[in-house]
Amino acid sequence: MHFLNQVGAILWKDILTEFRTKDAIASMLLFGLLVILMFHFAFEPDSLETEKYGPGLLWVTFIFAGMLGMNRTFAGEKENDNLQSLMLAPVNWGAIFTGKMLANLLFMLMAETVILFCFCVFFNVNLGPRLGWVALITFLGTLGFASAGTILAAVSMNTRMSDVMLPILFLPVALPAVLGSVESTAAALTDPPGEALGFWLRFLVVYDIIFITLPLLLFDYVLEE
Amino acid sequence: MKPSVLHALCMLVLVLAALYTAFLYAPTEVTMGEVQRIFYFHVSSAWTSFLGIFLVLLFSIFSLLNGSRAWDIRAAAAAEVGAIFCSLVLITGPIWAKPVWGIWWTWDARLTSFFVLWLIYMGYLMLRRLVELPEQRARLSAVFGILGAMDVPIVYMANRWWRTQHPQPVIAGGENSGLDPAMRVALFVSLAAFTSLYFYLWRLRCGIEELQDSGDALHRQFQSMS
Repeated sequence: MHFLNQVGAILWKDILTEFRTKDAIASMLLFGLLVILMFHFAFEPDSLETEKYGPGLLWVTFIFAGMLGMNRTFAGEKENDNLQSLMLAPVNWGAIFTGKMLANLLFMLMAETVILFCFCVFFNVNLGPRLGWVALITFLGTLGFASAGTILAAVSMNTRMSDVMLPILFLPVALPAVLGSVESTAAALTDPPGEALGFWLRFLVVYDIIFITLPLLLFDYVLEE
Repeated sequence: MKPSVLHALCMLVLVLAALYTAFLYAPTEVTMGEVQRIFYFHVSSAWTSFLGIFLVLLFSIFSLLNGSRAWDIRAAAAAEVGAIFCSLVLITGPIWAKPVWGIWWTWDARLTSFFVLWLIYMGYLMLRRLVELPEQRARLSAVFGILGAMDVPIVYMANRWWRTQHPQPVIAGGENSGLDPAMRVALFVSLAAFTSLYFYLWRLRCGIEELQDSGDALHRQFQSMS
């Protein structure tokens, strides 16, 4: 319970900090909507094309918007030497990672909910009965992004060009999650849901397990000075 | 860590043997013609790229567990040399593909995985460039090395499963199916030569880095004396 208390405390701290300014969520949301606009100008998909490319467009939007939010994970901590205070506190460093990861997950999910809604409105997509599956896929995919992204945000915060390094380090590692999310979303939206849905959901779960365990093992080494 | 004279001689012999077997000993392929000879160097480069990322994984783990500079040097050198061979794969592949398949590129599992591998190599090398403190550089690049190396097989499997769900037109039969014995010899000699070359370059790179470290240490000593 002690570990969970620590996680809860760090999560609550991040939520409080974020909701004072709402910087990350607002910028993620706006950026996501801008990306949707760009896609309209770039592709102008009709309804058939939306069905075919929709899941891909949606997840590209999610990942680009999400990266914006992840940058701020540790940026704020570095500014006021908060990170050192956090490290010196009697907190299990794994709890720091878990708390920050859950905070990222929460903010990304909040932005993604609105982006998904706008996506359905702008491209006339009817999720209807599939909403449950899409929600599950969004959660699993975002969980993988949040986990890999949090540790890589910690890695890139120590570099000279931290904003640029995060996408460079994160995107190759996040690729399987993108593929799994897009394919399962596409499978969920076909009528009836294809058997591929089960396969890609399991794939996402395995990816999440691997890329939550590895960062938990490695996070201590990233924080060390 | 500098490579010994014996290593250099072995490597030279193997490389010359590989050149001979690939260009003169192996027969010309019936359908593809002379351009097929790239295959020996292309497959060997691919093998050394995988060897490289595996060594990065191994040395990164040791670097984190042990914390000594030696493992960090080895990991960095493995990544640098591996990145070169990975670039060669991506260059020789399209050179071979265009005359034979008629296309420069296709997004099948192997090619996509190699592109991702190259991006991971580049990310690793960029990360090393951008971190100032040596101990921090060692730890951060080791962490990314482990995450990136673990990602490569996952990307490959994901692409393979994805492609079997959406069957693509069959491009070519497996290269090793029905390989002429002389070609098989050329391939193995080439693999041996590239492996030897990889380790030769790796040891050279480690030696350079160690020299750099000694130079820096002497510099600091001199500065503290004056």
